[in-house]
Amino acid sequence: MDNLTFGFTMLIVGMGGTMLTLWLLTLVIDLLRAFFPPEPAKEKESKP
Amino acid sequence: MTSAIWSALQSLGEGFAFLGTTAGLQALVMLAVGGALLYLAVVKEVEPLLLLPIGFGCMLVNLPLSELFQEHGMLKVIYDFGIVTELFPLFIFIGIGTMIDFTPMLANPRLLLFGAAGQLGIFLTLGLALLLGFSQREAVCIGVIGACDGPTVIYVASMYSKELLGPLSVAAYSYMALVPVIQPPIMRALTTHKERAVHMPSFKSTVSRPVLLLFPLVATAIVGLVAPKGLPLMGTIMLGNFMKVTGVVPRLVKASENEIANISTLFLGLAIGGTMGAEQFLRPQTIMIFALGLVAIIVDTAGGVLFGKLWYALSGGKINPLLGAAGISAYPMAARLVQNEGLKASRQNHLLMHAVAANTGGQIGSIMAASIMLAILKGLGIV
Repeated sequence: MDNLTFGFTMLIVGMGGTMLTLWLLTLVIDLLRAFFPPEPAKEKESKP
Repeated sequence: MTSAIWSALQSLGEGFAFLGTTAGLQALVMLAVGGALLYLAVVKEVEPLLLLPIGFGCMLVNLPLSELFQEHGMLKVIYDFGIVTELFPLFIFIGIGTMIDFTPMLANPRLLLFGAAGQLGIFLTLGLALLLGFSQREAVCIGVIGACDGPTVIYVASMYSKELLGPLSVAAYSYMALVPVIQPPIMRALTTHKERAVHMPSFKSTVSRPVLLLFPLVATAIVGLVAPKGLPLMGTIMLGNFMKVTGVVPRLVKASENEIANISTLFLGLAIGGTMGAEQFLRPQTIMIFALGLVAIIVDTAGGVLFGKLWYALSGGKINPLLGAAGISAYPMAARLVQNEGLKASRQNHLLMHAVAANTGGQIGSIMAASIMLAILKGLGIV
């Protein structure tokens, strides 16, 4: 494979693939956060 | 008797005689390089954990008639054990995984995208390296300097370009230390005062325990599916993180972030220093690698900030474009720089937690980019 084709393939597929994979990861994290939302902070018991 | 004594004395002087030869002069230059690395590590405290053993290894291997990097020599044995097998960078990644806190990024997953934009330098530098006549494998290894991630550079170089391991490692760690010098001028040049002064909404970094536990497993699985060649990189860093967030193996976490990471760092540095023989290092390619490494980090920063500007425009001015500069793997240095620049633009502008989120995104992004590059190389039949 010639260098020009190789360089452009790497740029397009590499950069695009990185962006796409990280975007996919953000979706998965959103999904995880939706399934397991943070527990509401417990109120401190006030002393009588 | 006399001749025996004379022979013995001659053998003691062989090292000095060697210095008079052409190879001896080259060795002297390399001793100066090793001395410069030690100076940077000891006096300037530039990445001392790596540059000190690299500098010492460089001196050991370049002393006249040194046999340390020849067959069965100490440095060669360490090199064969930990570099040829790619084990040392992976051991270090386990330690890094135990030290990273993904909580800010998990609380604001959109900021992970900055970690992708911050990898632009890898791919553009790869193209430049090809133009300068490097082979395709070498160009990939040079481009990875843009990951701003020493162990990743060493891992990829140990797979595809062992002969460039010395200059690549020294360039990677030197530029990581120079991030505070390289980034701020680019951040200021590419943004307006108004953009730098954008206040981000208050940061809620609460994440439930199941998310903290599942994230390392999911991230590992995604890399395994998309780019299995990069699985050792992501797998080890996520193993370290998983051990940490479970909280059930404190001894393993302690060992990973201390003993394992420290021993690996020491031997990795020594072995890299051992590869810095005059013949391998004193070549025009070394200068080109240093120049390309600088380009890689400049383009990374510019790519991240420009992506931030695009996001700023699309969000109606709600995203501070400085955050893009934190999308590289230099953690937490890049995040601190973003915070500093934000504060210079506006005294109430606290960007640190957002920048830390983007910065951990940069760590993941750099590993992802390297993994995808390895997968493409395999797909194209180059490896």
